[in-house]
Amino acid sequence: MTIALSGSKIADKLKEQFAEGIVEVSRDSLLVKSESLLDIASFLKTTPGLNFDYLSCITAVDYKEYFELVYHLVSLKHNHSLLIKTRCYQRVEPVVPSLVSLWRGADFQEREIFDLMGISFDGHPNLKRIFLWEGFDGHPLRKDYNYGT
Amino acid sequence: MTGIHCVRITIMALKTEPFVINLGPLHPSTHGVFRMRATLDGEVIIDIEPVFGYLHRGIEKLAETRTYKQDIPLTDRLDYVASMSNNLPYVMAVEKLAGIQVPERAEYLRVIMAELQRIASHLLAVGSLANDLGTFFTPFMYMFREREKIVDLFEMVSGQRLLYNYMRFGGVSHDIPDEFLPALEKFANRMPGFIDEYDQLLAENEILLARTKGVGILPKKLAINISASGPVLRASGVKWDIRKADPHSVYDRFEFDIPTGSAGDCYDRYRVRIEEMRQCVRIIKQAMEQLPQGKVLNKVPLRLRPPVGEAYAHIEAPKGELGFYLVSDNSEEPYRFHIRAPSLINLTAIREMIIGWKLADAIVTFGSIDICLGEVDR
Amino acid sequence: MIATTPSLNSEISLAALPPDWPGSFWLHWLVFAVIIIVFVLATVIVFIWLERRLIGRFQVRLGPNRAGPFGLLQPIADVIKILTKEDLVPGKADKLVFWLAPVVAFTPVLMIFAVVPFQGGALLADLNIGILYIVAISSVVSIGVFMAGWSSNNKYSLIGAMRDVAQLVSYEIPLVLSIAAIVMITGSLSLTEIVEAQNVPYIVLQPLGFFIFFVAALAEINRTPFDLVEADSEIVAGFNIEYSGTKFATLFLTEYAEAVAISAIIATIFLGGWRGPLLPPLLWFLIKLFAVFFLIVWIRSTIPRLRIDQVMSFAWKFLLPLALINLLITSIQIVFWPEASVWPVVLLNLAMVATLVLFWSKFFKLGGRRIEV
Repeated sequence: MTIALSGSKIADKLKEQFAEGIVEVSRDSLLVKSESLLDIASFLKTTPGLNFDYLSCITAVDYKEYFELVYHLVSLKHNHSLLIKTRCYQRVEPVVPSLVSLWRGADFQEREIFDLMGISFDGHPNLKRIFLWEGFDGHPLRKDYNYGT
Repeated sequence: MTGIHCVRITIMALKTEPFVINLGPLHPSTHGVFRMRATLDGEVIIDIEPVFGYLHRGIEKLAETRTYKQDIPLTDRLDYVASMSNNLPYVMAVEKLAGIQVPERAEYLRVIMAELQRIASHLLAVGSLANDLGTFFTPFMYMFREREKIVDLFEMVSGQRLLYNYMRFGGVSHDIPDEFLPALEKFANRMPGFIDEYDQLLAENEILLARTKGVGILPKKLAINISASGPVLRASGVKWDIRKADPHSVYDRFEFDIPTGSAGDCYDRYRVRIEEMRQCVRIIKQAMEQLPQGKVLNKVPLRLRPPVGEAYAHIEAPKGELGFYLVSDNSEEPYRFHIRAPSLINLTAIREMIIGWKLADAIVTFGSIDICLGEVDR
Repeated sequence: MIATTPSLNSEISLAALPPDWPGSFWLHWLVFAVIIIVFVLATVIVFIWLERRLIGRFQVRLGPNRAGPFGLLQPIADVIKILTKEDLVPGKADKLVFWLAPVVAFTPVLMIFAVVPFQGGALLADLNIGILYIVAISSVVSIGVFMAGWSSNNKYSLIGAMRDVAQLVSYEIPLVLSIAAIVMITGSLSLTEIVEAQNVPYIVLQPLGFFIFFVAALAEINRTPFDLVEADSEIVAGFNIEYSGTKFATLFLTEYAEAVAISAIIATIFLGGWRGPLLPPLLWFLIKLFAVFFLIVWIRSTIPRLRIDQVMSFAWKFLLPLALINLLITSIQIVFWPEASVWPVVLLNLAMVATLVLFWSKFFKLGGRRIEV
């Protein structure tokens, strides 16, 4: 059974190095600041005992005040998983660091989030629209997207 | 040495330049509307860029305007080739959100349908791969003969041949009719013989070996890094199957093996699918023996309003790990409906797998990843 | 060993012309030209039907069975459909070459039948350089194919045409070498004499030659496993892409007429032509024609296709050495045992074929490697 690690357990491990990056700890997930996302993710990937070498899924949710990005990390070796979240409070041009340098599986999923939600990823090698054509106006998955004229 | 004058030969190099060719979107072998812009130098591919979006229907946005129950048929249209497996993770996610229990008979029926669907999807995948290799539909027709039997079984249960819409929150929609189990038993008894027949035709075929062995290699580290899943990951040597690693419903009660490849080339992906079909038959036989009596659908409120929260459920679909991430805000429609599409993520390393090979190999490699455009583009 | 004295003349002679035809040469030519055209068209139509039914049966399904009993009118329907389609020419295509390509591709195939003996003495022209004529004329087809691919102004057809030219040129050589062995045994290039010299069909006497010729001929007519020229799943019909209507019908006809021609040639030089007991000779010829075609269709429906570099290496590294060895063995047998009886030689040849093919295929690698970019 893949054990879903609780946020509090991981937060203990992270406290020494990234105390200021952690915003909220809950039973299922861990909310971090977007500036320290890349460092925390890199720590999670390389630390023995955690070894999160598999990025299962990235999702972006549009809560109307902020965007929330949800990352599902899995360790194939230890068979445990973790949920990391980060928030972005700008609506106009949201920017979040990209995780492509750690897990290449983030490549197309981040492009999809850029395309449909409008969140830019800092450090992504090829950030262009993936499903909609170049020149499309707007980002359809946002809650304030009007179907327009 | 004496008396031999060295003649200086000037060789004029033939001036060549690479050209750009479009494979798709209308192409018999791209398994849907998929486009690859390939730069060719002669026959060798030196650059390739996949272009998606020709089948983008905005399913995620559409789902936010429909109730939870109305979204079930929407999930059918994702991987339209393996439709039973698409309903399942969505239904499981909603059950997680709302805390709905599923009766045991329904769990067994779900497993039987999922495994039958896996066989049907792999038959189509291997048949299309053989077709791309040039065998002019012969293995394809042989495999479709079996797929017809599976589709007939599904028609008995759900009334549909392609988009079944069979799973419901709290179970499955209908119980199986009386003629289902004898037909299933007949199918399960004869299927291993048919798989042997396919092996006879294809497995040691010289030309197939020459075309697929060592072609389109996905190394193990890269496969894990790109979050590949399903037969693509297992053919690269990673023994990761969600049915064993994170078993849902009643998968932990069955005994089956996980076939794994070693080289990560097209041949291994093909072998993994064939062996998986054998394991599916094993699971189906065990499920048929253990099938309990009882009801198949628990009572669920008509207007389902799950409590505020989020849930992620994933299964081992034929193409990989199919997952649904749902966020609910206690209304009748989901607040966020996200699909983790295995075909899209398996395509991440397509450049590394194809560049340096020839045009013919590109088609074969692409066919062996086995994608379905409905899932890639949603 | 069957020994005949070499009787090659140094010039073409029309000596085998039937002397009692009224109107001398021209009436004979007219009658046989009409017979050949009708024969080719009729056989192509029958072959189209036969191929579709056979492939259907190989694929555990019925072939066409709606248009007429057993689908016998299906090819007629196909012909009507093709001829009434709109004849599109791409805007930027080279118009003259585009128009000329099917003609250049089809005419040589028709010309091959001028020297194929349907019966003893029943042929358009009993050239005493028959087989040389066939080899020469059939090479012109590749020019037509290349013209078709180039003038379409389409990258896919260009790729198909390039592949085709490379393939056709490479497989000419093993083809001609295996014919050379036959010619050495017979002592004449004339097809009638080859048939008459076959007291034992040459397929038994020259199994290696038959194997090489058959494989090279499959490559010449662009059939599986060498149909990458028009690979449906890769380059979407290759040089045929931009053709429609009557021009496409001509190219399609060329393909099937080539299959008929190759079957006829194999029936003539390996299977004994029109010779056989009991039945009338024409019927024997047709039976052998259909048998070879059946084999071609059987292979088409079973085997996957090769990649272009694998096709090239197969021709140059496998077939060519085998063809040379075949020639060597045949010439040794002719020189040292000219009066030996047939059957020990047959057994010896069969044993040699088995050994050689097995031995050579152990050392032969088909794979092409990835190129570092």
